Amino acid sequence: MSDANRHARLLGVLKTITAQPLPADDDESLFESGLLDSFALPDLVSALEQEFSIKVPDRDLNPRKFDSVSRMETYLEDHGA
Amino acid sequence: MPAFLHGFGRYVPERVVTNEEMAGLIGRTAEWIEGASGIRERRWASAQTSVADLALAAARDCLGRAGVEATALGMIIVASGSARPGFPGPAADVAAQLGLENTPALDVPMASAGSLFGMAMAAQMAAHFGDVLVIGAEKMSAVIESAPLEANTAMLFGDGAGAVLISARLGRWEILDAVLHSDGQYRDSLAFDWSTPLRMNGLSVILQAARKMPSSIEEVLGRQKMSAAEVAVFLLHQANQNLLLRVAKSLGVPGERVYSNVARYGNTSSASMLIAAAEWSRESPAAGPVVFSAFGAGFHWGAILAK
Repeated sequence: MSDANRHARLLGVLKTITAQPLPADDDESLFESGLLDSFALPDLVSALEQEFSIKVPDRDLNPRKFDSVSRMETYLEDHGA
Repeated sequence: MPAFLHGFGRYVPERVVTNEEMAGLIGRTAEWIEGASGIRERRWASAQTSVADLALAAARDCLGRAGVEATALGMIIVASGSARPGFPGPAADVAAQLGLENTPALDVPMASAGSLFGMAMAAQMAAHFGDVLVIGAEKMSAVIESAPLEANTAMLFGDGAGAVLISARLGRWEILDAVLHSDGQYRDSLAFDWSTPLRMNGLSVILQAARKMPSSIEEVLGRQKMSAAEVAVFLLHQANQNLLLRVAKSLGVPGERVYSNVARYGNTSSASMLIAAAEWSRESPAAGPVVFSAFGAGFHWGAILAK
């Protein structure tokens, strides 16, 4: 998968979950900006698993891995998505 | 040797702390509290009331409903994460107030998952010791008032106690199976020790609970070759309404199948699952199969199937 394609699909997932405009800076914390909270996070992980056909194991359920667009991209890339 | 659930009991203090009152204490609005948690009010015990007092009231309610004298008990187990530190724990106090002089009384110093772990142990112990009374009792108001109130945790918690009588004698619900799990690498994600304020990494707690509670339920059902659709009710730790609905969604069952009283009592930690069971059993005394599940500080989690 190309980086651009992964990025576009990730933003699509995030827009669906947050239903709000996303920050211009991919490094911005989605939790600190209020776009994600503890109840949206499980939905986000499930949506990423579905969109990218991956399984996020329990040991990877660390909020920091999903704190920003760039961190999520890193995680997806590391897991072959 | 099979074990059976013979009845439930519960006790909640009289004082109701509404969201309106809580909002004034934490500087938020009542609407924000309900939107974030599904909680509308909680009960707080008086300053003089101890965890053992709450446990005793639930124990008496349970024994009365089960038609069993305290002197017939073979063991009592008291789960609590909010009992004052030191020894002895509240189990000895409860046993003494029940008039028991020789009956083993075991403390399970665990928060939210304590009553579930107590039930699983009791199911194994009942054949050897006789009827086991399992109690979950919490005075969470003392926990949150031990430091300046923090909005995200203070709004959640309430006081109360629940109880269940487990016996090898034939009863209404047979415990078919139990699964228990712990993962101490998350021990700092939700912690309290009376010297510092309650620490809760809400993101980590919800993320793990939303995954581990359904997975333990599916594990216990799978071992008994049953599906979630066959279960009459899910009696879960009442952490907050959003988590209860998320568990239902993960299991593919309607939200109504997960019993909820969190709006009235808030999160009463280890007491909550048994308070829910007591109230549910009075509304639906013949229904089954039943699944119990809890998740809490540790992390500890698991599920019990009864039919």
